[in-house]
Amino acid sequence: MQKRLRIGVLYSRVRVEEKWIFGAMEKRGIDYERLDDRVISFDLDNPAPWLEFDAVLERSISYTSGLYALRILNAFGIPTVNTAAVAEACGDKVTTSALLARASLPQPHNVVAFTPESALEAIEKFGYPVVLKPVVGSWGRLLAKVNDRDAAEAILEHKATLGSVQHSVFYIQEFIHKPGRDIRAIVVGDRILTAIYRKSEHWITNTARGGEGELCPITPEIESLCLSAADAMGGGVLAVDLVEHPERGLLINEVNHTMEFHTAQPISGVDIADEIVNYVMKAARAKQEAAPLAGTP
Amino acid sequence: MNTVSCPECSAEITLEATTVVGEIIVCPDCGVDLEVKSLNPATVDLAPMEQEDWGE
Repeated sequence: MQKRLRIGVLYSRVRVEEKWIFGAMEKRGIDYERLDDRVISFDLDNPAPWLEFDAVLERSISYTSGLYALRILNAFGIPTVNTAAVAEACGDKVTTSALLARASLPQPHNVVAFTPESALEAIEKFGYPVVLKPVVGSWGRLLAKVNDRDAAEAILEHKATLGSVQHSVFYIQEFIHKPGRDIRAIVVGDRILTAIYRKSEHWITNTARGGEGELCPITPEIESLCLSAADAMGGGVLAVDLVEHPERGLLINEVNHTMEFHTAQPISGVDIADEIVNYVMKAARAKQEAAPLAGTP
Repeated sequence: MNTVSCPECSAEITLEATTVVGEIIVCPDCGVDLEVKSLNPATVDLAPMEQEDWGE
């Protein structure tokens, strides 16, 4: 007889998404434990307490805590959603871009440089405006639209002087004159669940920055791009963000591995939280049956 | 009914019935973010400041 599956949910803050996920777990009668990443610790010589989990869903708000927890859990052989490799691919913009390039998928033109001097030279070659993005970060935080050389010199100096060493990895992206919106699609496994437009008058359209949502029809192109992007990252539970380039059409801007869906779920009517839980249970069952699901270790 | 006092401005805040531990609520008087630490009895504390690697 198969034993009852036990699931861990790693989290930092109970956002509305976590409430929905906990609710979906409870509705299904799943044996799960809430794991606050500010409270837990890992004894690397004693994985036993963690081996009680058949799968762990990672919903940490801190990229760093989540990534290291996933690395340890995966090293213990515990299936996680998503895997450490996928988190690493999605959480670092340079890695995301490199993997998208390897898969020949359309993305904005990006250049990476490691000194303010080489970054300035790259920016001058681009022409203005350009966008400077931190390689790790979210919610549209610390994005800079650089309109001229004076601004470029100032921002590069500030980043090199004031930021952590990661801010000296200069990720430079073309500025895209998008139509006041971008597209967020939710992918779970090999299915795209829904897509929404995120609209804003501001050039940063992230809903964390006040952007509003509207249902976006899933065209065959959107579906194909999003599934390919998710596959390039390693697959799992992902949000693919697309931008509409006036000349090049749809481009993959980023892929998120602990996505927020507080706008997408109510607008689409799709129970995304339940779909995530369903995927986690599949990962746990696959482990139990010793036949890992794609996108899990 | 669960009520707490805002540690920043002392406003009395009534928690909704669906509130859970770990949830962030906003003080309606001073606007500070508060984390619900327990429900029985209800306690809150100032929520951690946003870190650079926070996000999705």
